[in-house]
Amino acid sequence: MSDESRLARSLVSEIHEVSAKIGRQVRLMEVCGTHTVELRKQGIQSLLPPLVTLVSGPGCPVCVTPSGYIDNAINLVTEGRADVATFGDLMKVPGASGRTLSSLTGSGRVKLVYSPHELVEIAKGRGHPVVFLAVGFETTVPTIVSALLEAREQGVHNLFLYTAFKTVPPALRFLLGNPSHGLDGFILPGHVSIIIGSDAYAFLEGIRPGVITGFEGMDMLVGILELLRQIQRGERRVQNAYPRAVKSGGNARAVELIERTLEPRTEMWRGLGPIPGAALGLKAWLSESDAEKTLGIPPAVDREPPGCLCSRVIAGMSTPPECALFGKRCTPDDPVGPCMVSSEGTCAAYFRYGSSR
Amino acid sequence: MKEKGDVRLEHGSGGALSRDLVEQLIHPLFKGESFPELLDAGPVENGSDIFMTTDGYVVDPPFFPGGDIGRLSIFGTCNDLSVSGAQPLAISLALVIEEGFQLEDLHRALGSAAEAAREAGARVVTGDTKVVPRGKGGGLYIISTGIGRKVFPLPLSPRRIEPGDAVIVSAPIGAHGLTVLAARESLPVAASLRSDVACLYPAVSALFPLRDGLRFMRDATRGGIASVVNEIVQGSPWGIVLEDAAVPVSDEVRTVASLLGLNPLEVANEGVFVAVVAGGIEAAALGILHAQPLGTKARCVGRVSAECPGVVLTRTRVGGTRVVDFPRGLLLPRIC
Amino acid sequence: MCLATPMKIEKIVDARRAVVSEGNVQVEIDVSLLKDPQPGDHVIVHAGYAIETLTLADAEERLELFRKLAELSGEAGSA
Repeated sequence: MSDESRLARSLVSEIHEVSAKIGRQVRLMEVCGTHTVELRKQGIQSLLPPLVTLVSGPGCPVCVTPSGYIDNAINLVTEGRADVATFGDLMKVPGASGRTLSSLTGSGRVKLVYSPHELVEIAKGRGHPVVFLAVGFETTVPTIVSALLEAREQGVHNLFLYTAFKTVPPALRFLLGNPSHGLDGFILPGHVSIIIGSDAYAFLEGIRPGVITGFEGMDMLVGILELLRQIQRGERRVQNAYPRAVKSGGNARAVELIERTLEPRTEMWRGLGPIPGAALGLKAWLSESDAEKTLGIPPAVDREPPGCLCSRVIAGMSTPPECALFGKRCTPDDPVGPCMVSSEGTCAAYFRYGSSR
Repeated sequence: MKEKGDVRLEHGSGGALSRDLVEQLIHPLFKGESFPELLDAGPVENGSDIFMTTDGYVVDPPFFPGGDIGRLSIFGTCNDLSVSGAQPLAISLALVIEEGFQLEDLHRALGSAAEAAREAGARVVTGDTKVVPRGKGGGLYIISTGIGRKVFPLPLSPRRIEPGDAVIVSAPIGAHGLTVLAARESLPVAASLRSDVACLYPAVSALFPLRDGLRFMRDATRGGIASVVNEIVQGSPWGIVLEDAAVPVSDEVRTVASLLGLNPLEVANEGVFVAVVAGGIEAAALGILHAQPLGTKARCVGRVSAECPGVVLTRTRVGGTRVVDFPRGLLLPRIC
Repeated sequence: MCLATPMKIEKIVDARRAVVSEGNVQVEIDVSLLKDPQPGDHVIVHAGYAIETLTLADAEERLELFRKLAELSGEAGSA
């Protein structure tokens, strides 16, 4: 057995020991969609003792974007008002109309990008407006605004952002504001924390333990172990278990860039409703690059399909199997709600990796 | 499956929906007493040793690092015959060309097909050419039908597998699908990737002497390894348990897949096959493959198990377990 | 919501761009979110941008770190 396997085994056995000492059910929320997927994909879920329950949180940017946002994007193309550029994650998401962006790829007016950096050349190469579907949490936000500023610096003024940026700390505060949240601790998102820093979670101190966790199998085992140890000792601290990447103040340049270009807004989180200050929009000095303002995009409608339990799943109040549609009417190939559509939606992760609990 | 509504791109991606389309809409129309199973390659009549297969090649872009649609149309069809135990003999090529496609590209693609046929020892005996108006085609589509002679005496079928049998992957996975995706979307990350498109007959036929110990083979094209292993256990009393760390993946593919948020197990290959062999002879099988130019990195990646009927599980690097599902949806890069 | 890959800086191209490598793959990315990127630095790459420099990348060191992380709190008094 390799060193790594041996270490993994001892971490798992510690987890079981500490859970037994705690002696009751504990509910840990994995905030970040990438954690939702990785915890199951790397088999961590299967190794946990029955008294430890993982609860999936709202950190899936595709899941929490209202379906009307996609319709607005599609209409930009079909009405000839702009080309649309997007990350792959949004291509298959159905709008409230049921249409997807991927159905328009043949038109040449919907462009898949891997990196926001590509937007500069894409916009240069097209004589008409290019709207980027700017969806993401704090990890992705600085990369997108960086590309926008780069375009502007090069005199490229036909690149616009249709923003749907969300932020983690206000969303966590919102969840904690519900007295029946039933959560004992938070597995905090490692890559968002690279940007915002561990200090950003100060509001958790004394309320609930939170451990900033990376994404390798070992990272997640350590993160869960540290949470359980805190719970066992009655501690409620924020701990950084990803110190090789996360600093207390985060990435200063990225934070400065965000503060210079964006301001907190209150926007709809699909399934959760409006969360105060948990979104980011372009500041006034960049409003000519704001697609909503310049291209007359209407507010995005949010329509929940009948029978869909996503709003409860996103908030960690229900698990996918508790939804009557899960696995029957709603599957990754034929999704009803956002939790199944997104590659890191909770329902998609449960379905694909066979979560048995 | 409903018989109304749109055909979607997902129906062609080699995953669960593709399977549903074939099994629920297409197969029922052609199933007969003589042919209860629709196979990748099948005998022209009951008991015949003349096998036939067909495939449509619609790869976009038509030219990519490591290969092109011409080469693919020959090798892909030969590979289907090979893994069914047949030696490829003759191929037909039907071309559907979109108005405006460049003649020199057509020449290049077909020249490549001719060379591939020579390498595969198969003759292109007939073909057809159609031109469709601009906007009604995809540049160049090739439909390739292959005829071969069955030389392996037993059926190569999932029905022959037994608990304890070993699951072998012949070569490192994921190169073709990532190469084509990166070429199509002009993704900067994949400059070092090349398609693995190759003629598998020599490596495949090298296993034929294993006789009864060779249960089943399939080339892992659309949908990748994940699709093949799920097809094997679909509706079966047995399951498969894989070992994540055992699956052969090159460093390049691992890195590019990580950058694009994709899983190599689900990515298409054109030079990789899966073989299920009797438990206990996997060392012999691997020995044979390691002596083959296309099999030097073959690995045993798992076993057939009675513990999880109809399901594929994998043991992860930290010792946990998870289900390996049919691929779902389209192969698209993600940042989340 | 955050897929990211650790990679190593091979060379700095200009104020914004650098070539990074990992597993025989070389790609050009944006490093303008880093304070003072240098060839040899290990960085974490998300969507074509380096979002931070990693303080260690050596496999041995990583395992040692995991061991330490797992032990330290334990010693601080578990009972």
